[in-house]
Amino acid sequence: MPSIVFLNCKKKYISTIQRFNKRSASTSKKMNKNKKSSRRKFLVRGGLGTLGVLAIGTYVFRNPIRRKTLSISESLIPPYNGSGTEANLWFEITQENQVVLHSSKVEMGQGTFTGLAQMVADELDVAIEQIKVVGAASATGIVDGLSTGGSLSIASLWVPLREMAATMREMVKGEAAKKMGVSVASLSTKDGVVSGGGKTMTYAEVATDVTDWDVPSTPDLRPVNTYKYVGKPVPRVDLAAKVFGDPIFGMDAEMPDMLHAAVIRPEHVGATFKSADTSKAAGMSGVVKIVETPDWVGVIAKTFSQALSAKRAIKVDWDIPKKWTESEIKDMLQVGKGDRMITQKVGDELDPEEEGVVAMEFSSPIGAHAQIEPNGAVAHVVDGKATIMLSTQVVGITQKQVATALGLKKKNVNIIPTFLGGGFGRRLNTSHAVTAAKLSQAVGKPVKYFFTRKEEFQNDTFRPPTHHIMRGKLNANGLLDSLEHHYASGDVAINSALMPGVVNTILGTDIGAMRGANIMYGKIKNHRSVQWHTTLPFATSWWRSLGLLANTFAIESFIDEMALKAGKNPVDFRLAMLGTAGNQARIRKVIEVAAAKSGYTDEVVDGKAMGFAASIDTGSPCAQVVEVSMVDKEIKVHKVTCAFDCGVAVNPDQVRSQCEGSINMGISGALHEKMTLKDGQLYPTIYGPYQMALMRNTPKEIDIHLIQGADVPLPVGEPPLGPIGAAIGNAVRRLTGKRVVDLPMRIV
Amino acid sequence: MKLSFNINGQPQSVEIEDPNTPLLWVVRDIMNLKGTKFGCGKAACGACTLHVDGEAVRACSYPAKFAEGKKVVTIEGLGTRENPHPVQQAWIEHVVPQCGYCQPGFMMATAALLAENPNPTDEDIDNNIVNVCRCATYTRMRKAIHRAAELGQE
Ligand code: FES
Ligand code: FES
Repeated sequence: MPSIVFLNCKKKYISTIQRFNKRSASTSKKMNKNKKSSRRKFLVRGGLGTLGVLAIGTYVFRNPIRRKTLSISESLIPPYNGSGTEANLWFEITQENQVVLHSSKVEMGQGTFTGLAQMVADELDVAIEQIKVVGAASATGIVDGLSTGGSLSIASLWVPLREMAATMREMVKGEAAKKMGVSVASLSTKDGVVSGGGKTMTYAEVATDVTDWDVPSTPDLRPVNTYKYVGKPVPRVDLAAKVFGDPIFGMDAEMPDMLHAAVIRPEHVGATFKSADTSKAAGMSGVVKIVETPDWVGVIAKTFSQALSAKRAIKVDWDIPKKWTESEIKDMLQVGKGDRMITQKVGDELDPEEEGVVAMEFSSPIGAHAQIEPNGAVAHVVDGKATIMLSTQVVGITQKQVATALGLKKKNVNIIPTFLGGGFGRRLNTSHAVTAAKLSQAVGKPVKYFFTRKEEFQNDTFRPPTHHIMRGKLNANGLLDSLEHHYASGDVAINSALMPGVVNTILGTDIGAMRGANIMYGKIKNHRSVQWHTTLPFATSWWRSLGLLANTFAIESFIDEMALKAGKNPVDFRLAMLGTAGNQARIRKVIEVAAAKSGYTDEVVDGKAMGFAASIDTGSPCAQVVEVSMVDKEIKVHKVTCAFDCGVAVNPDQVRSQCEGSINMGISGALHEKMTLKDGQLYPTIYGPYQMALMRNTPKEIDIHLIQGADVPLPVGEPPLGPIGAAIGNAVRRLTGKRVVDLPMRIV
Repeated sequence: MKLSFNINGQPQSVEIEDPNTPLLWVVRDIMNLKGTKFGCGKAACGACTLHVDGEAVRACSYPAKFAEGKKVVTIEGLGTRENPHPVQQAWIEHVVPQCGYCQPGFMMATAALLAENPNPTDEDIDNNIVNVCRCATYTRMRKAIHRAAELGQE
């Protein structure tokens, strides 16, 4: 088995991505060279082909700022991952003097569209109500070559998007100066209106009939504290659409003359398709065509109900080489098995046999994404061109995959991203877009295809199960001298379409499984983290926060146990092992704030105990305190206090909303959720049996304290998922004397 | 069969091939009202909740024939941007939705609860609002439900 010492993984990862970016940037630069001129051509056209229910207004002005984007994308950390080689379009101004922002990132609930609109409004000088944010389609906008994920959307666009907005403001001013016959210096801008020399013009008036624009050098950005929108709890820009039930999701998309499809896929892990008897289905009402491929059988019918009935009438013969069992998976996934990789190494290794070494084992189960909107797509493939509307986190990759699978040119595949009914990492894999495209190709008409809930559960790209061994040793002062985290996980990043094989080879480790796996207490003399990676017989991949929930559960439960053993308060115990500079100070701060605001105590009061835990993920530290009681062995979380440092909170209300969602989803993961193998199939296949936290299982009160420990926005959507599982386990320990070591928590 | 019912205040007649077709697909695909969502098709998530004669019903598992002659209200008929239902008003005040997909179902379930029980306790909410929200916006929903109760009594 390969064994490589692997340190400083993150830095290498980022520089690898940057190399990729530079390569694509330099290619495009070459392409741009011929057109080098300060006056750039802009397309003008009225009306974008309207499609389905998601079409938007009339356009008079498109504004590509490719070169700028590319130069910015090279200097960014974390990088903006747009390929920059597509026809680029960021902003449009409509005749109604509205600004349409084509977002390279999709909106899946995380509030990114709102944050981006705030950033644009403050530099472009328009009111936020004047901005409409849409997901950029691959034919008309800049799509992200990687994904919307990793909690990086706002952080990665923080500088480039504001610079582009500021550039556009200056372009409009430059043009206005010409039209109004005044100097640029005499002009000011506000709410989409340019004023000066006693005259005013709206941006739309300025833009009308202009085909060549002067692009000025990039203006300086304004100081953050002068912004009107950034930093304020602006209501979500998609709030009304979501409260009044507008048709904005992939499931709501339609195309004229559209047919519906249902597909049969294997139910057993590892099963393949042998043959199908479709004779009965073929003659059923509404059935238009039956499509057989080596992997699936699809029915296309006039309505969804007809397609579903016909599907039920098809008999399929499967080749099931083996019926996998729960214990076989458990056996494969053990610390000590698979590929070993040291992901953190400071000081010496512990000798497990040495006197005073404490060891504990932890585990977490297979988790399902269970996003409420099923995966699906509406596809129209005709004349060598494909148009596909769907909920996807990977517009660029979906485009590439459809093009490859159907033998089309990439530029002839237009992916139109809709609002997502939840992402959580599930929509980083969009093989159903290929299915829909093939079905449409077979009938030459638009086809809508989506997963049933059972397909959704059985074809999920699951959160992998994990196994952990913690080892530690206290010194004479009752503090940890050594701490080790050994963890086994299935694929997260490895084997994902998101990570080119070469990245995995360079890194040699699964960077997704590694999230939250390293020890954050800098003053522990000897500490290390060791990964054991195994690819399981079913697909596992990214699930919101990746390894963070399980890794933090193991580490912070163990820390708590060691504090108890040392007879120390768990807050003081943690603080004593943290340094005072950089991120160590930021972690220290969230711990102190959470402890103070919650009034943390080790005592059980009125049948309620508190539990404490902390973590740092992608540079955003978070500490949480829970108040827990138990009724009939059922764990009840009453209140969570959360201290979180994500640097600049572009929208503090949405940061809070993400903290609340992360906490409640973490409660669901830690207390309720579990997939198992039953008769060779992944089970359960429906909500209910797949237990999740509902209203009655979530706390009435979540008290959030935001701390700004950095002058840029840092990741928000996942880091607050870290501490919650451990915090609950630590509270249960104080309440019952029992240490929970397996998720989901079951008190026996 | 010919199905006649009242939807969002309008009398409507539609032709359906199978009287057992779930009401959800009649509403979504025939009436083209997309606010009522498909989540599971098995009455297990609540995304498809709408009102039939004032009662919250999971439309994915409600045969369309039972709607004959009844009053169906979907999220599109609950309130409008100009005249939002108290539940929608409360949802706006608390900025409840994240991805938003489950939200029409929750708002319809809440509106039905409040019609029957204008001032629900936390326990009433726990026992009656049993839809699934994967974004886990439960904490804000609870606040919004109490606020909607307040607004409803004003
Ligand atoms: S779709 Fe009807 S309850 Fe889930
Ligand atoms: S808001 Fe996303 S599922 Fe509820």
